[in-house]
Amino acid sequence: MAISSPALPRDVVVAPPTSRRVGFSLERILSPLLLAPSAVAIFIFVYGFIGYTFYVSLSNWRSAKPDLSLRHPVGAVYGDLFGQSRFQIDLRNTVVFTLFFLVMAVLGGLALAILLDRHIVGSGFFRSVFLFPYALSFITTGVAWSWIFNPETGVNLLINATGVNDVLATYGVGPLKPGWITNPEVAWQLNQPIAAIYPPAAEWSLKLGVPLAMIPVAIAAAWQLSGFAMAMFLAGLGTISQEVREAAALDGASDWRLYKDVIIPLLNPITVSVLIILTHVSLKIFDLVFAMSGKGPGFATDVPGIFVYEMIFRAQRYNYGAAAAIVMLVGVSIVIVPYLARQLKTL
Amino acid sequence: MASILSPTTSGYSPRRKSRFSRYVIFGLLVAATLFYLAPVYVMVINGLKDKSYMTLAGMWNLPRDLGGGGFPVAWEVLSPNIWASLRMVIPAAILSSLLGAVNGYLLSKWKFRGSDIIFTLILFGMFIPYQAILIPLIRTLDLVGLYGSWKGLVMVHVIYGIPIASLIFRNYFTNVPSELVEAARIDGAGLIQTFFQIMLPLSLPAFVVVGIFQFTNIWNDFLFGVTVVFSPADQPVTVALNNLNGTNSVDWTVVMAAAVLSALPTALVYIFLGRFFIRGLLAGSMKG
Repeated sequence: MAISSPALPRDVVVAPPTSRRVGFSLERILSPLLLAPSAVAIFIFVYGFIGYTFYVSLSNWRSAKPDLSLRHPVGAVYGDLFGQSRFQIDLRNTVVFTLFFLVMAVLGGLALAILLDRHIVGSGFFRSVFLFPYALSFITTGVAWSWIFNPETGVNLLINATGVNDVLATYGVGPLKPGWITNPEVAWQLNQPIAAIYPPAAEWSLKLGVPLAMIPVAIAAAWQLSGFAMAMFLAGLGTISQEVREAAALDGASDWRLYKDVIIPLLNPITVSVLIILTHVSLKIFDLVFAMSGKGPGFATDVPGIFVYEMIFRAQRYNYGAAAAIVMLVGVSIVIVPYLARQLKTL
Repeated sequence: MASILSPTTSGYSPRRKSRFSRYVIFGLLVAATLFYLAPVYVMVINGLKDKSYMTLAGMWNLPRDLGGGGFPVAWEVLSPNIWASLRMVIPAAILSSLLGAVNGYLLSKWKFRGSDIIFTLILFGMFIPYQAILIPLIRTLDLVGLYGSWKGLVMVHVIYGIPIASLIFRNYFTNVPSELVEAARIDGAGLIQTFFQIMLPLSLPAFVVVGIFQFTNIWNDFLFGVTVVFSPADQPVTVALNNLNGTNSVDWTVVMAAAVLSALPTALVYIFLGRFFIRGLLAGSMKG
């Protein structure tokens, strides 16, 4: 592609052809030249460093002293990593967290956007409140929510205040007092059903199910990021013309049908963007969990981000940390690369 | 995209809505507001409580009297880190805006063969999990003598801020008519003169958007802060808050007050400059 010089008709002579060519070729060099420092920095600090990390993940480096000799057989670190029960738990937790978080953040964001689409009194205020958490750090959020989901206080006080536990007590039933982030239980386990179809599954040590402690963490994350989804949906709603709405109204469509059949399908491209961006955030999640619950009881809230951090900075098992980081990167790339490729086509 | 900033441009026409459904919607919005403000309420209220009045069972209660609660102690503990964060965040946000302006200008108005691919490759850098570059990053910082210093942290944030800053400026400059550049060229202005004489004066709004967005992002970072800087007094406030939360010797009122203090700068930016913040947010997630 040549330097873009739109809007000028071809036959307009701007300057004598020779001088024009000289000017252009100088600028043709100048633009890449000025871009070079940033481009080179990114190539080193992103791509070069990823290459280095990948190399470390194949090496024997698992002490404070760097050891970049290759470990044989090549890739053995990954074999060990996927065989480790803690890392298996982390992968399960990431899947569970992502599902809960996406459903809450996307549906919550969409619901808020639709409510605000009606221009009720105070919309501006409400919109600002819902997006506010996005401006806070995950650490602040994690600290606040760790107290709210502390079983001795926070939400459980509100449960008591509803009187539910008094009613339960009259029937001789113990109080409803969820352990939230301290609950080690893995609910809705799929191991048995899977073993019925695929017998070796009975031997799996990993409990395939929902670690209950992960749910409060997903709630906190949705609290923080649903405002982002809302802002995206609101921006999309703003592009839907009044004519579309009025045409639907003239056809006698109810509000429910208007949104379900007309507006939400029109928002599809935005929904896809929101899903991609929030999924990649979810795969990378680290600070929020680190501050809110840490690894959790029996690794109930452990995630790859924490695993990498601990392997590198606590255990100094650099090769395992690097391998887990590469696994995170692959996960994020699967989501992000098609998105970027699509964007490139429309540039 | 501007619609979110000017809510009257379009949207649902209110004329056929019953009064009842408006009350229902308003009620739902109020309920959502309670949910969204609950953690803020918990932090502020408990931060303001006197230590002796703070109990687990009384978390939702208002403070008994209006003393400073945990704030004086939290300020004493956290203020060095708040200053450390400011000292690091401000130059990082400014530098990354400047780099973004240059890159965005080149990538929108002076495209060359392969520039779109380079742009896409640069963009990928804003999505990676930084865990995947930590080991070589630290070795490199060590090599150049910046490991452990706040200046190293500034450098890290400037470099990893290049993608988002370039993206926002590129989208902004793309919307500046190319005729302006073309006219300047006819007048004999080159690439650099055009930038300083035409684009830079036009780009104040973009600088505000990128500056605010980067200020917030960098202020809120934890991973780089906890791994690149190790002197406790130089660590950013997110790291200090996390450490405080992990110590049992400190009482709750102080932790809650510290959480409020650490969030205050970005919260104030959001409250007073929220519209620019939203613009950065949207520009960073979709094309102009």
